[in-house]
Amino acid sequence: MYSQTVMDHFRNPHNVGKMENPSGVGKVGNPQCGDEMIIYKKKKKKKKKKKKKKKKKKGAAIASSSMTTDLIKGKTIEEALALSNKEVADKLGGLPPVKMHCSVLAEDGIKMAIEDYRKREEEKKNEQKI
Amino acid sequence: MEKSVYLDNNATTKVDLEVVESMMKFFKDEYGNPSSLYTLGQNARSAVEDARKRVAVVLNCEPRDVFFTGSGTESDNIAVKGVARRYKNKGNHIITSAIEHHAVLKSVEHLSKEGFTYDTAKVGKDGIVDVDHLKSLIKPETILISIMYANNETGAIQPIEEIGKIAKERGIYFHTDAVQGAGKLTLDVKKLNVDMLSLSGHKFHAPKGIGILYKRTGINPIPLFHGGHHELAVRPSTENVPYIVGVAKALEIAYRDIDEHRAKQTMLKERLKAGIMRNIGNILLNTPDNSVFNTLNVSFVGIEGESILFSLDEFGIAVSTGSACTSGSLEASHVIMAMGRDHTTSHGSVRFSLSKYTTEEEIDYTIDKVKSVVEKIRKISPYK
Repeated sequence: MYSQTVMDHFRNPHNVGKMENPSGVGKVGNPQCGDEMIIYKKKKKKKKKKKKKKKKKKGAAIASSSMTTDLIKGKTIEEALALSNKEVADKLGGLPPVKMHCSVLAEDGIKMAIEDYRKREEEKKNEQKI
Repeated sequence: MEKSVYLDNNATTKVDLEVVESMMKFFKDEYGNPSSLYTLGQNARSAVEDARKRVAVVLNCEPRDVFFTGSGTESDNIAVKGVARRYKNKGNHIITSAIEHHAVLKSVEHLSKEGFTYDTAKVGKDGIVDVDHLKSLIKPETILISIMYANNETGAIQPIEEIGKIAKERGIYFHTDAVQGAGKLTLDVKKLNVDMLSLSGHKFHAPKGIGILYKRTGINPIPLFHGGHHELAVRPSTENVPYIVGVAKALEIAYRDIDEHRAKQTMLKERLKAGIMRNIGNILLNTPDNSVFNTLNVSFVGIEGESILFSLDEFGIAVSTGSACTSGSLEASHVIMAMGRDHTTSHGSVRFSLSKYTTEEEIDYTIDKVKSVVEKIRKISPYK
């Protein structure tokens, strides 16, 4: 049912764990379908240094978040935002149609983490002004 | 050596070699059509009628009330749709339960497009049908009640005798999907107060593609197929002689050795349950005490059944889950949800179903692997 790549990422997921002092956090999930993931983002100079995530759940969700974090590590924010769930699924050697939503979840998690990061930056700036 | 531990016997079972043996002659030598009048045909006819008698012994009914079908699903469809359609002049209301197999649920749903209405009886937290609620659903127009004997996911045994009595007193036809009860519980249709009962061969070590329907004399469901006179035209098509011989043999074996199976599997199920409870925290048992002896359903809170399934598969252990995706839909098991569990618990449910071939060594190996797999997956879960 799953490709070999999906199973490899499922067996040994990358970038797993809780990140200390992240510069942005994206929490996405749908308890009804049983998936949940938290994506952490850390900024290093102009580049985004690293993404880490914690996730619960099924093979496709674990593999999608593993692959997504691999793909955006060291990328700029703009590059990370350009990443689509389709690219993630393609890199994984495809996902069964009913599991495509798992890759969407990873994409949404990244976007939310970046949004959170921008919001925090904004708040910081405002604080400085005061 | 590649290990293989099969704990998904509620999905299907391995065919018993004794059963295979009994079937071989009807592939190789006695391949006649039971409707043919020459000796080869009549030998096949005798085999089919002999099988019918053997099944009738287990069911404590007349052989003429036993019908061979293509599957449990087909038996359910004939019983539910056939009876509703035949007796719709008497009423158009059907009662079933929230935890039925889809073969019954979808049949009833389909009938609602033909002018029938239906209600589903609730189940308690133990997964057992609430009889008082069921009673309250009965209307003057109710013509059929269909409640399963034992649930496929939790193993919960339903109060069939009691519901049968209620139905009988009110002149309502009563069908039970007994697919998960075969080889585990009595199939005595008189004791159970049932008018119709469905069985599926591959759940008790016969091949896939053969089912049984018991229906009391006097009930005449409208057939799903129209054709010849086979099976009194309730289920026309040339009889599947080897499979009919095989399913009768398998049923006979199941009840011949039932005491032995019950003793051994009860012990192994308790061992598995105790092992999981001792070694793993934050779990929820979905199987009540009053359950078939081969089934144990456990929710590992905070993680997802599919991850557990694939991880155990790496160790050669086959189990199933009430989680979304295995069914191809994204909804959690309707059975576990009907018991009042939340989505997270339903998604973390894993079903272990044993058979007469399960060994103590396999159970110990499974406990060990479930422990390490759950620990590993919980580590990466954001659930707190």
